[in-house]
Amino acid sequence: MTELQLAGVSRWYGNVVAVNDVTMTLGPGVTGLLGPNGAGKTTLLHMMAGFLAPSRGAVTLDGEPTWRNPAVYRRLGLVSEREAVHSFLTAHEFVLASAKLHKLPDPEAATRRAIDLVELADAQHRRIGTYSKGMRQRARVAAALVHDPQLLLLDEPFNGMDPRQRLHMMDLLHSLGDAGRTILFSSHILEEVEQVSGTVQVIVAGRLAASGDFRTIRRLMTNRPHVFVVRSTDDRALAVRLIGEASVNGVELDATGLTVRAGDYGAFTRALPRIALDSGIRVRHLLPEDESLESVFSYLVEA
Amino acid sequence: MSTVAWITARGLFGRRRFLMLFPLPLLLVGLATTSRALGVDPGQWGQPVLVGLGLAVVLPVIALIVGTGVLGSEIDDGTVVHILTKPLPRWQIILPKLAVAVGVTALTAGLPLYVAGVLAHSVRFGLALAAAATVGALAYSAIFLALSLVTRRPVLLGLVYVLIWEGLLGNFVSGTRVLSIQQYVVALADRLAPTGLLETPVSVPVAAVMSVVAALGFTWLAINRLRSFSMAGETS
Repeated sequence: MTELQLAGVSRWYGNVVAVNDVTMTLGPGVTGLLGPNGAGKTTLLHMMAGFLAPSRGAVTLDGEPTWRNPAVYRRLGLVSEREAVHSFLTAHEFVLASAKLHKLPDPEAATRRAIDLVELADAQHRRIGTYSKGMRQRARVAAALVHDPQLLLLDEPFNGMDPRQRLHMMDLLHSLGDAGRTILFSSHILEEVEQVSGTVQVIVAGRLAASGDFRTIRRLMTNRPHVFVVRSTDDRALAVRLIGEASVNGVELDATGLTVRAGDYGAFTRALPRIALDSGIRVRHLLPEDESLESVFSYLVEA
Repeated sequence: MSTVAWITARGLFGRRRFLMLFPLPLLLVGLATTSRALGVDPGQWGQPVLVGLGLAVVLPVIALIVGTGVLGSEIDDGTVVHILTKPLPRWQIILPKLAVAVGVTALTAGLPLYVAGVLAHSVRFGLALAAAATVGALAYSAIFLALSLVTRRPVLLGLVYVLIWEGLLGNFVSGTRVLSIQQYVVALADRLAPTGLLETPVSVPVAAVMSVVAALGFTWLAINRLRSFSMAGETS
């Protein structure tokens, strides 16, 4: 069993802190590393993969440091975000070269297996330069999988994939996870993580904001206070009625309309039409504010 | 042939910058041929063509293009990650790349130097130039390979070394010649085939020892820097 451990890992550039005191343990199965752009996901992944020294703390794979230790790549595969491939090679040559660099006993067989795994057999003898973005991505995944690593790290693997390729990649990650591999992929898209992994690590502004079962975190996210901007034919009367609702935490009235802070998203959105109907007020404008992923994340940090 | 060397060679010849290797050697051979054909005394054209163009420009510039190409361009486009995520001791990456750089440089710069040397004096002189250029290729390649791991602008820094340090300062400040690969190559070539066409203040033992020191030192530097290769934490 392979375990990747991060113990109090920080990384700073000058006086900018990119990753701040992250501690986590990754075991078998698929884990999603979720966070908005610029949160430090890539920096964290680079430290996990041994491509960046932690400024403080330690990253270890089964007790061995990943930094300045090429031997870890026997058990570790990396698919980086930068779409860099030797475009002058065919996928077959590219994956075969990886197999040879790993000094595998039967590089041809390993290459065939990896290419079949990502379903690239039909196009494997074409130059990678002629591939679509999704195909290039799969070629890179095949190269990262050729030595059947215990730990696979993928940085934004679904970027630029069409829905079918995305589905296929999700299946692949699932089956690898089910087979006992430790898989970590990063993403800034909630739905992607939801579909692929049961476990998530949420990282915001360089800190580990939440970690654990996805459903728990999802509930935290939907149950957080929501802010709505409401405009109606009679804002003041509506405000009076709304503040009587259990789902409403606060109402603010100004010249432009109402700002409502709801404690319970579902209850509030059901209550508003009923109240409006009862009191003959017409709601002209209802806009949830602050629905960006960043605000969801920053809520999680505060929670 | 090792897989690293194979990928390196494919990458080198697969890129357009490879075409940049040809004009200079052609110019060198062209000038030497023209001078010879016109019956000009080699004492007149030997120094400017063989040293001024051949050893001061063709050899270092080709070494620069190739030396920064074998690793630098992979670092630039990010493909270096594919080689680095393998359980290879880093010397097994640097040495094949260095071998490719030295081989290609020695061939593309040594061959025209050989031809020009034959036209200027004799076959022995041509061979001496090519052999000394090979030693120079080793030292230059090690320097430029290491440069691509030390700085983000290896070509610029390499040009500064070749043009400013060896080219310009070497003419005015004689002390800089002791730290000049170009002068080592001249000293070695002159020792292998004394013709009176070449001259340098650097002694042969100094040239030999310093060439080896430069080659070994910068190779070690490159290996060590590659061990600590970091990817910038850029987010796109």
